[in-house]
Order: sequence, then structure tokens, then C-alpha cells
Amino acid sequence: MRRFLSGNEAVAWGAWESGVRVAAAYPGTPSTEILETFAPMPGIYAEWSPNEKVALDVAVGAAYAGSRAMAVMKHVGLNVAADSYFYASMTGMEAGLVIVSADDPSMHSSQNEQDNRHYAKFARVPCLDPADSQEARDLVGVALDISEQFDTPVMLRLTTRISHSYGVVNLSGTRPPDERTENPEYRIDTAKYVMVPGNARRRHPVIEERVRKLAQFAESFEHNRAELRDRALGIVCNGVAYQYAREVFPDASVLKLGMTFPVPKDLLRQFASQVDRLIVIEELDPFLEEEIRLLGIAVEGKSIFPICGELNQDIVRESAIQAGLLPASVSVPKVQLDKGPLPPRPPILCPGCPHRGVFYTTNKLKLVVNGDIGCYTLAFLPPLGALHSCGCMGASIGVAHGVSRAGIAQHNVAVLGDSTFFHTGMPALLNVAYNKSNTITLILDNRTTAMTGHQANPGTGRTLQGAETAEVEFEALARAMGFERVQTVDSYDLDEVETTLKECLEAEGPAVIVARRACALMPDVRKEWVPLRVDEDRCNGCGLCFRVGCPALVKSDVLDEKTGRPKARIDPLLCTGCEICAQVCARRAILFRSQLTAEVQ
Amino acid sequence: MTMINFLLAGVGGQGTILASDVVAAVGLRSGHDVKKSEVHGMAQRGGSVTTHVRWGEKVFSPLIAPGEVDFVVAFEKLEALRYIEMLRPGGVVLVNDYAIAPLSVSAGNDEYPADERMRTVFRAVTPNVHLLAATAMAEELGNAKANNVVLLGALAHCLQEVPVEAWREAIRERVPPKFVPLNERAFAMGQEAMAELRNTM
Repeated sequence: MRRFLSGNEAVAWGAWESGVRVAAAYPGTPSTEILETFAPMPGIYAEWSPNEKVALDVAVGAAYAGSRAMAVMKHVGLNVAADSYFYASMTGMEAGLVIVSADDPSMHSSQNEQDNRHYAKFARVPCLDPADSQEARDLVGVALDISEQFDTPVMLRLTTRISHSYGVVNLSGTRPPDERTENPEYRIDTAKYVMVPGNARRRHPVIEERVRKLAQFAESFEHNRAELRDRALGIVCNGVAYQYAREVFPDASVLKLGMTFPVPKDLLRQFASQVDRLIVIEELDPFLEEEIRLLGIAVEGKSIFPICGELNQDIVRESAIQAGLLPASVSVPKVQLDKGPLPPRPPILCPGCPHRGVFYTTNKLKLVVNGDIGCYTLAFLPPLGALHSCGCMGASIGVAHGVSRAGIAQHNVAVLGDSTFFHTGMPALLNVAYNKSNTITLILDNRTTAMTGHQANPGTGRTLQGAETAEVEFEALARAMGFERVQTVDSYDLDEVETTLKECLEAEGPAVIVARRACALMPDVRKEWVPLRVDEDRCNGCGLCFRVGCPALVKSDVLDEKTGRPKARIDPLLCTGCEICAQVCARRAILFRSQLTAEVQ
Repeated sequence: MTMINFLLAGVGGQGTILASDVVAAVGLRSGHDVKKSEVHGMAQRGGSVTTHVRWGEKVFSPLIAPGEVDFVVAFEKLEALRYIEMLRPGGVVLVNDYAIAPLSVSAGNDEYPADERMRTVFRAVTPNVHLLAATAMAEELGNAKANNVVLLGALAHCLQEVPVEAWREAIRERVPPKFVPLNERAFAMGQEAMAELRNTM
């Protein structure tokens, strides 16, 4: 079966074809499509867990129970799951466990570009690094086999370019038959699975021995491949960097490492001895370069190629020319154009986004906003400029609590979305209740995990595989944690948002405000879109509405006679009719839905 | 090494991804090795969407380097301008004669580049710039969203060695059945428009 698949789709197919029964993940770019592709496949269980740590525990549990399992996350997700990742390395499992870490060089949608190969070495876990979609599919099965052979979790490390690039993949299209007629007995082995100090001390040498055996295995691992061509230059590479190496140096010898930890020492020594000059082409950190240098082999890498950002053939080619590895004549001529500055098209809060009114109000009340990760992070951009800190998932509430305890001249609030709240916001909210700061937490409940493309979460009443389920009631949860002041507002109702915020600011003690309104891009909400209109006679071009920063509100060509300023105009193709601008307009020049309906009648 | 590199650029919601899926499928049908890479950030409406598609005997990198693009297919004018230096000198640019103002322009803080300035920049790279009113043509057919398939028709006209049926089939497989007739008309319209443009050159 030949298919044209993204790396992410290929991983899902590889997991299905190699008998993964249980998979868990938290959505995160660039990894999200893996479980979305896997979930509808037959004979498997797949879930969105509230966060990556829970997802990994779920996968570990399944592997303890004798089923092949997979946990999927973006690179920073492994930070959240690190505690579980380390014990899983210590215990090993009863069946194969693959942990997919999708790294994001160039930070297309991340807060850092950490190189998770370090985590492999850190926890003594083997790391497989596919170079295209075919390998992404193939290496899932290989990872599970290695996992079972060596009793270890295996990391499958993808990068954005592997995850989101498409190539031809040969699939078997089949899955090993499930021969189980009944569930297997849970095998009790406390010395292996109960990581109290006494047991852990006995396990550590086992883990070190495992790495030694894996390093032996790596020497003859078929995905560690020496391609000998011209011997003047030898290139060690992994992942997508292999493609750039082949394209830029078609005649050079290449050692392609499909396993980047542990490295095959003899293979490296042998390859180094066969070439005149040895270089490493790898994205991000000098991981392989340092491993090679530890062997006492002369090698160059980051002295030639950049450490920051993704590579591509152009960067590799130009860096190589600079270093004298290639003649300047191979450079692809580039045109120098005088284009002048082009208006950017950055991601922005969508027209009709329910978050917009909340941020308009926090601005109006001059609040310091300790924010979090989600669409709403974009409120930091002008003209709103309404979000003042954002570090990682779930950080908002803890940071706001710390700010409040330290004491500042202004008032501050924590702002985070529904899915982020479930992810890591909950323990921090508990801390506010327990340690009683004046922190106000605004949960922007847009009924979905919007940023990654509308995934279900514990607040939506739906699971990844489409089952109906319990829907978390934020208000009851907050009360159970010990909050006495818990309010619910409609994110579109500016008066209600403002009045409630003021009440909570004036009162002593902590508060939780749930600002609820479904994401404007949800299919059901789209059906309700009604574009609004500006009454040109009433608009005097004061510009107040432009402060809400909606892409649907544009400056008209018509100027106000008195002020000479452009009047407002609404782009009917973009406007959803959320009425936030209509509420802001002091002259009532933007017609509400009800006014438009009345006009028709 | 015979390689054909396509860069497709547009604004979220214009059908850039679907169009690049079609280009990739046509390459596979024509017996090429194909790689495709999507370069889009966060899942927001209104952002730039770019895809790279490469046809060749054996394709290594999924990305195209600056100066290596043979065809820039842009569904919006500013996006064509943004990526024009990716084109190899003398390459072909197919541009939808359609502007979508970014927020900074509609808010009055930036200026949308004038047509004349764009033309000057394009001409500095290649004489083969073709402006087609793809959105207007699609609207004429009853659905502006078919603008992407109009441009695919124009692209197909530029690649005479590829059987037209490969394009038609790839499009049929990727649009909902009830939109097949509309898209077939859009494709034909793009082909004809391109033929006319070339004849008048």
C-alpha cells in the first residue's frame, strides 16, 4: 500500500501496524495530528489526557499491563512528563512503550527550541530519529521491538519538518492479529515496579547495563547506515539534516544515524578513519558532535553550522561555503530586491473571538495580566497589548499569586483558557485557595482547545474517540477547592465582565471568574454568524472601536466632515456579529444584531 | 538533476493546502518522487500559509531553498510579493489579482503595496509574471472559494507535458462531490485564461 503521508500520519500508521493498543497525548504543535490520525483506527484505544504527564502515565500503565503503548507530546510536553519519563526508564515495562517527542526547531509555535535528544541521554533511554515519513512509520515498530528486547521506553524524536512534511510511504496496511481471548493477568513484580529507594538502587545498575547493551546493538542497527562515496569528506547526521546533507553534498560519504542515543562508537570510529575530514550536520545542539568528540575523534559541527533554528539546504550550503568545504561557485544566486517594508500577516485573535472583550476590559481597568499559553496569548499584540507575561502551560495562576504576594501598585489577574486550566492550572488554583492571596483568576472557557485546532478536553463533554462524557463544572470545582467568590460571565457582555471584575477587585480575598463563550470558529457558532454594519451618519471617526483590535473593523475611505478622520467600516466577510465593537461605540454607530433584524422587518 | 519546485502561498482560508495537495498528487501520478512541506504557524484565520511541493526523480529536502522555485502560485498579491525572491531568475509567477488587507493595513498603520510597485519587483526577477483574476472568475462561477482551482488550471497550462486528466482526477478526489462540477469549470477557466495570456504576450 503506497500512501502520501505526513510524518505525523506515518507515525499513526506505524503505531497501528505494529500493534499499539493504547495511545495517549495532549495536543501540541507539531505533534497533534498523530493521535487525530490514530484515534479513528480500528481495535485501538486513544485519548486526550489533561496533560502530557498523565498521558505518559496512561501509556506506562498500558505497557505494564502487557499492551503495546504510545505517548505523544511536543518537546516541552516532555518537561511536564519528565517525572514519569524517568521512573519509566527505571522500571521498564511488560510490553513495548514508545514516547513520541516532537521538537520544534525555529519555534514555529513554541516558547523554546530545546533539543530533546538530551532527555534520551539524561534518562538512559534510546532515541530514534527518522529522516522522512517512511522512516517515521518504520521506526515506530522498530522502537517497540527495541523497547521489548531491552526492557526500556524508547523515544521517537520528530521535528516540525518531519512531522509536517509529506512523502511517499509504503505501508503493510495490516496489523498483527489480536490473539488475546481474555485480558492477561497483571504480573506482580514489586522489586521491578515499586521504585522505593531499596528497589531503585538495585535497578540503577540494570539501567546502566542496558545502555551498554543498547550501544552494542547500535553498532549493527540497520538504520545507522554508512554510505561511502567520496572519502574527502565524511558527514555524520540525523533526522531531516540527512536530506540537506544529501542535497548539498551529493558525492560525500555520509553516516546517517537513525538512533542518536546511544551512539555506535565503533561505527563512528571506523567511519571517521575512512574519511579525510569529519563534520556533523545536525539541527539545534551539538549533540552528536559532543558524543563524537568524547571518543577523541577530531570533528567539526557547530563551528560551521548554526545552533539556532531549523536548517535547510540553503543554510547548509552557505555555511559550508563559508567554511571552505564547498567552492563559492555552488552558491545559488539570490536576487536582491528593493521591496521596501511589507505589512506582516501575524497570527491574530480572530474576528468574533470571545477573548477580545475580556482583554478590552482588563485594559480599561488597567490590570496587569499574567497570561498563559493558548490563542489568548495573542492579546499581547497591539492594539490590545493586554497580556504581560506568558512562560509555559499553566504558569499564569502561580505567577499571579506570586505577584500578588510580593505586592505591586496595580491590580493583577491570572488569565488562562479552559484546556490550559485542566493541563496544569488546577494545582495552581488550589494553591491560591489554600494560601489565600487576593489573586483573581479569569478562566476563558471557549469550550474547546482552540489553538491546536479544536480538540476535545474534560470541559467539552466529548472524548477524542467521540464518546459522550462528563463535563467539568468549573464553578463547582472552584468552590470545592475553597473559593467563596466564584462568578460566571458571558465573554461577549462587556458590562457584565467589567462589573464582575470590579466587584472582585474591590472585595478581599481570592476569586474565580469563568468567562464563557464558545470559540467563534466552532461549526455550530459559524452557523450563527451575522455581519454587523456601521451607520455612517452616526460614526464620527473617533477610533474607539479600533482599540478592540478586530480584523473585521477597518478604516473607511469616507472621512468625517468635522474631524477629518476616517470613519469605521465593517468587512462583512470577516464580521461574525459578536457585538463587542457595538458595545464599545459611544455614539451607537455600530448596529446591533437586533437593530439589523428590525431594519429588515 | 531535473527537479520542479512549486511554492504556493496564500492567506488562511483561501485553499492553499488543498491546492498543494493537488500539485503533489499530480506529481505522483506523473511518476515523480514528491515531497511536500507545510509552513504555517498557529491555527488562526488570516495568517500567511505557504507550502513547498517538489517533484523529481529523487527528492531529498522537503523544503525549497531561495532561488530554487520554478513556480510561485500565489492566491493573494501581497503573499506573492513576500515570497518572490524564492523564485529562480526566469521562473514563473501566477498571481491571483486579489488583495486581502492585513490588520495593520485595515487599521490604517501600514500601506498595502501598490500594483505598480509589485510589478516592478516581480519584473526584476522574471518576465514570466501572470496576473489572473482567479477570485473574480470563481465568483462568476458562483463560489469565490474555487479561486485556488482556477490558478491550478493556469498552472496546468504551464506544464504541458503533464496529462490534464491527472489534474482533473486529483481535484475530483479532493473536493466534496457536489462541488466537482464547479471546480471542473474553475479549472477549465484557469487553463483558458492562461492560454489567452500567453497568446497575447
